[in-house]
Amino acid sequence: MIDALTIAVALAALALASWCGFAAFRDQPTKDWHFIGMALVSLLGIVQLVIAVVQLAGGHSPDKGTALFVAYLLGAAACVPATGFMSLSERTRWGSATAAAGAVVLAVLEVRLFDIWGGGSA
Amino acid sequence: MPETTAATTADGAESTAPAKRSLGTGPGRLLVALYGVFTVAAASRSLYQLLAQFDRAPLAYSLSALSAVVYGFILFSLVRGGEGARRAALACCALELLGVLGIGTWTLLDPSAFPDATVWSDYGMGYLFIPVILPVTGLLWLRRARTEQPAAGVQD
Repeated sequence: MIDALTIAVALAALALASWCGFAAFRDQPTKDWHFIGMALVSLLGIVQLVIAVVQLAGGHSPDKGTALFVAYLLGAAACVPATGFMSLSERTRWGSATAAAGAVVLAVLEVRLFDIWGGGSA
Repeated sequence: MPETTAATTADGAESTAPAKRSLGTGPGRLLVALYGVFTVAAASRSLYQLLAQFDRAPLAYSLSALSAVVYGFILFSLVRGGEGARRAALACCALELLGVLGIGTWTLLDPSAFPDATVWSDYGMGYLFIPVILPVTGLLWLRRARTEQPAAGVQD
C-alpha cells in the first residue's frame, strides 16, 4: 500500500480528532462542518480500502498476514462513519467526544496497518 | 401558567420511575463507542487467533475470547438501557476491572504462561491502557446513572 496515503489518512484523522475534541471541550455538539470533515476522512478511508484491495489482488501480500490486514482495513474504513452517526443522534458535547474518539481509533489503526503491511519497505 | 402545569406533570411522571433508563446517551454515548471498538477488536482478534493458531498460546487466546464476551455484554446492556441492564453492566464492569488487574499482574509475574499477548496483558499496555481506564469510567457512569434516578426507584 502507498505509505504516503496511510500517513495522510492518519494525519487527517488526528486533525479531525483535535477539531471534534475542541468542540467537546467548548461544550458544543458536532456541526455541519464537522460532518463534512468526517465525510472527507471517511472518503480517504474508502480510497485507501480500494487501493489496498487492488494491490492485494495484484499479488502483494502483507508482511504479517492478509486476513489480519483486511480486518484492520475494514475497521479503519468503518470507524469514523460509525461514530459520526452516533454523534448525529447525540446533540451534546458528548457527541463531539464520540466523534473525536472514533478519529483517534482510526489514527491508531493506520499505524497498525503500516506495521502489518511492512511499511517503509513496500 | 401552562408551563408550570407541564413541569408538575413531568415531575409526577418521573417519580413513577421511567420504564427504561437510557444508559447510552450523554457521556454514555462515548462509552458505547469505546465498548463497541473493543468488542470488535477483542472478538475479531480472538476469533482469528483461536481459528488460526490456537496451539501457540491456548491460555492467552481463551482469555482474549472471554474479554470479548464481557465487552460485548456490556455494550449490549448499555444500548438496551433500564435498571436490570444497568445492574448487569455494573457487575460486568467490575468483572472486567478484576480481569484487567488480575491478568495484568499475572502476565507480569509469569510471562512464560503467555507466549502471545492478550487484550489484558500488562494492564492493556498494547491498547494505550484503555482496557484499565474503561471499566473505571464505566463503573462511575453506571453509579451516577443510578443516583440520578428518582428516590422511588432506589428502594428495591
